[in-house]
Amino acid sequence: MVDPILSIRDLHTEFVANEGIIRAVDGVSFDVFQGRTLGVVGESGCGKSVTARSILGIVEKPGRVTGGQILLRPETGGEAVDLLQLGPKAMRAIRGPEIALVFQEPMASFSQYYTIGNQIMEGIRLHLKLSARAARDRAIELLDMVGVPQPARRVDEYPFQLSGGLRQRVMIAMALACDPRVLIADEPTTALDVTTQAQILDLLRELQQKQGLALILITHDMGVIAEMAHDVAVMYLGRAVETGPVSEIFTAPKHPYTRALLRSIPTVMAKPRTRLPTIEGSIPHPSNRPAGCAYNPRCLELIDDLCRVQEPPETGMAGRRIRCFLHGGRP
Amino acid sequence: MFGMFKSRPQLSQAERFAQATQLQLTWWRFRKHRVAMVSGVIVALFYLVALSADFLATTDPHATDSRTSYIAPQPVHFFEDDGSFRPYVNGLKGVRDPKTFKIVYTPDPQRHVQVDFLAPGYPYTFLGISMTTHLFALRNPERGDGIFILGTDQLGRDIWSRLMVATRVSLTIGLVGVSISLFLGVLLGGVSAFYGGMVDTVIQRVIEVIRSMPTIPLWLGLAAALPNDWSVTQVYFSITVIISLLAWTDLARVVRGKFLALREEEFVMAAELAGASSGRIIFRHMLPSFLSHIIAAVSLALPAMIISETSLSFLGLGLRPPAISWGILLQDAQSIQSLALAPWLLSAAVPVILVILAFNFLGDGLRDAADPYG
Amino acid sequence: MITFIVRRLLLGLFTVWLISMLAFAIIQLPPGDFVDSYIANLAAGGAAVSADEANAMRKLYGMGQPIYVQYGKWIVRVVVGDFGESMEWRRPVSEVIGDRIWLTLLLSFAALLVTWGLALPIGIFSAVRQYSVADYIFTLVGFIGIAVPNFLLALIILYAAFRYLGLSVGGLFSAEYALAPWTWDKVKDLSWHLPLPAMILALSGTAQLIRIMRANLLDELRKPYVVTARAKGLSELRTVLKYPVRAALNPFASNIAYLFPYLVSGSIIISIVLGLPTVGPLLVRALIAQDVYLGGAIVLLLGVLTVIGTFISDLVLMWVDPRLRHQMD
Repeated sequence: MVDPILSIRDLHTEFVANEGIIRAVDGVSFDVFQGRTLGVVGESGCGKSVTARSILGIVEKPGRVTGGQILLRPETGGEAVDLLQLGPKAMRAIRGPEIALVFQEPMASFSQYYTIGNQIMEGIRLHLKLSARAARDRAIELLDMVGVPQPARRVDEYPFQLSGGLRQRVMIAMALACDPRVLIADEPTTALDVTTQAQILDLLRELQQKQGLALILITHDMGVIAEMAHDVAVMYLGRAVETGPVSEIFTAPKHPYTRALLRSIPTVMAKPRTRLPTIEGSIPHPSNRPAGCAYNPRCLELIDDLCRVQEPPETGMAGRRIRCFLHGGRP
Repeated sequence: MFGMFKSRPQLSQAERFAQATQLQLTWWRFRKHRVAMVSGVIVALFYLVALSADFLATTDPHATDSRTSYIAPQPVHFFEDDGSFRPYVNGLKGVRDPKTFKIVYTPDPQRHVQVDFLAPGYPYTFLGISMTTHLFALRNPERGDGIFILGTDQLGRDIWSRLMVATRVSLTIGLVGVSISLFLGVLLGGVSAFYGGMVDTVIQRVIEVIRSMPTIPLWLGLAAALPNDWSVTQVYFSITVIISLLAWTDLARVVRGKFLALREEEFVMAAELAGASSGRIIFRHMLPSFLSHIIAAVSLALPAMIISETSLSFLGLGLRPPAISWGILLQDAQSIQSLALAPWLLSAAVPVILVILAFNFLGDGLRDAADPYG
Repeated sequence: MITFIVRRLLLGLFTVWLISMLAFAIIQLPPGDFVDSYIANLAAGGAAVSADEANAMRKLYGMGQPIYVQYGKWIVRVVVGDFGESMEWRRPVSEVIGDRIWLTLLLSFAALLVTWGLALPIGIFSAVRQYSVADYIFTLVGFIGIAVPNFLLALIILYAAFRYLGLSVGGLFSAEYALAPWTWDKVKDLSWHLPLPAMILALSGTAQLIRIMRANLLDELRKPYVVTARAKGLSELRTVLKYPVRAALNPFASNIAYLFPYLVSGSIIISIVLGLPTVGPLLVRALIAQDVYLGGAIVLLLGVLTVIGTFISDLVLMWVDPRLRHQMD
């Protein structure tokens, strides 16, 4: 098996709030491989976006990463670097040329006061040290690559002059500006309409294949995972409860939560006029984390005196791990 | 079935919260703002002073006496020389200046004039009732004696007493002015938001025009045009109207902005769909939810009014003597010569700064409480 | 973009027209007419005016005609620069005003620069270091700036300088330059005297703008595009200065438009306290003495110049906001 480009090990990120300390990310582990797509899936509030920000070291105050490792393997090979040990300056050199981020809301994620060209070129000039003219040529080239029509003209336009779909293409171009090896797309299609969603997903897949990117695709949509991902990490309340190759997760889901998520996908094969199964209950607030397995209040298969008391450890082998007493780790 | 209504269940915190009106919510949030609460108490005390100005005054604020010209602040002594508690002030004595041969009056440490609490002094009317009781008064004063805790002005009038009466004038002029501005602001802001279209455009342009004019020259010009022979009351109301005419724009903007935002809210939509009349929607549904914003805007508009009046009177174009206001008191302190001679003339600056500061903190607290996310 | 400029221009013209009406009202409102007071004035000085002469003067100034005709005649004369004669000074109004109007503008503009120069960096600092000691100190100073009316501040500084430093801080010129013609040395002298009154005048506006800037920037710092900029690997300083500060500048700039009239207003009152040779003392004296043509002319001039100042700041606003530039087309 090849070594992963990026390994997240037992990552913890906390927020200090009035209610106390909120553990938004509470021991997440997963691996990302070159040329493969890792789908990170979970309901809103499960810590997906905070994980993405933790990887780039841009968690906003009052949040901070409190533990774990983020191991990035250098391009030239050799020993992996723990990003959490890097100083601010070294970390800035990672953002853009090594790991880049595509955001959920393309409108709000651009500044309305600068042209898109200006915002794309900024990273290029900073990291690749190109001249203004060369950076501009590269920006036009990137816009062309992500399928923006008339890139030489569009480069001088402002974000508010573009449609939602075009804006997300520009966002992707901006993320790819410095040839990153890892691209994190945080709900890249949530704010878009259905046809545009499909186009953006196609674009991401195409770019990934062409450039051999390692892609982390964060979504709440199992359908998107099925279509795009090679590997899956299912997150619940700040933890990855089940990880594995997409084929195995979809055909043989183990964790009750994964199974419940899969049941809730609408399919055309379903019998008409039947209710779409939903997961009982709602996600507890992270400050209010249940004792034992965090999923126990909603779990249909819980082992009464165990799951409410003890947390299941992560079990399984490389590439297929799970946190559930039904599948091992029982004391 | 009937048992349900027998005992009222104790409401939980969450239920109380859910049932509270907008004003109650605002009040709960406001109570947490300590600075704003203290400021609210200070403002309340100021209005209490305004209400009981004559009661707190010790000497007739209009009475002039050449003997008491520019007396420096005199302390009230609480204990007699023998140590017994009997508050007194020093009386005045005339001394002939050896150079000018003029008689100069200075405090006489030998003469003790006793101070009584709740004792009769100069007559005044309180809420239409003639009264003579004051908080402090001198027992058997001679001509020129007085409790001059803040000193006297050139004409020998007691500054403390004048300050009390001035507080009443300056604070009420703010209230009356804000009432007029509020009326104009709510009316025009509401009309602007409710009708929209041309009406809105015209009102908005008028607001912009007013805001782009330098106000003081205009106030001055208008105030100067008031006839000289008008009575104090006429001038008082005219000045109030002049100040409010240019000051309603901020309130109108707040009202219009809130009105427009609320119209998009779901509960207003729901009321509309339920067939409520527009009057009912405005007064029953929308007004309660922006009442707290209006209260906040008013408490921020009041200090601006007070500054306006003080500035105008300070320049000699606002209220005119014999009226007494903070601005008129400060007018005496206008020249460096009189300030050098009698720095206590500046004492009116203290209540001005204090009340404006208190109103600003209060208004800020109210605004935060009314709109924690705005 | 063109429509925006045209609209602003029309609004400005409308404002000027309104101000001219008010100025005219100030001239007309006092009882009796100008000729009456003029004759009374002359009579007080011992000179007699015959009824014929008085009527000739009335005719010259269009009195006795309908009010709009009088207004029209006045406006026509004003446009060619004839503001009438000051009764008190017995000289043409334009001569009496002279340099004072420019000194008023200079003082207001200097205060504007001080306001910008202080409010912008302090506002940014307070927002970026929210709840730091410095933020609390600036907030407190800001509140004092709002609570102390600038004439009171001027009075207090005047007194403190006199009492503790033995200085007299009034005026814009040293005694030897006050009446001298303009020379390079006089300009230098002015630049020595200008900062103190400009700072006094600027304080309350600065305090308000710091609060506006701080609040806006705190809002902007929470927006997603700030995260985008950080994700690009920009340094924190560059991120803050290029993106959120740029966005927070916009409401800040539109407040500048209202700041200018506010400063012009304030300059009147502090000029009286500090004895500055601006139009302030002249205006107050003219209004108290019912020297209507002088008073009206000053109100009109101040109004018009303020409108021009506001129009210029609107243009600046448009220039800095790409949305205004592009969506108005």
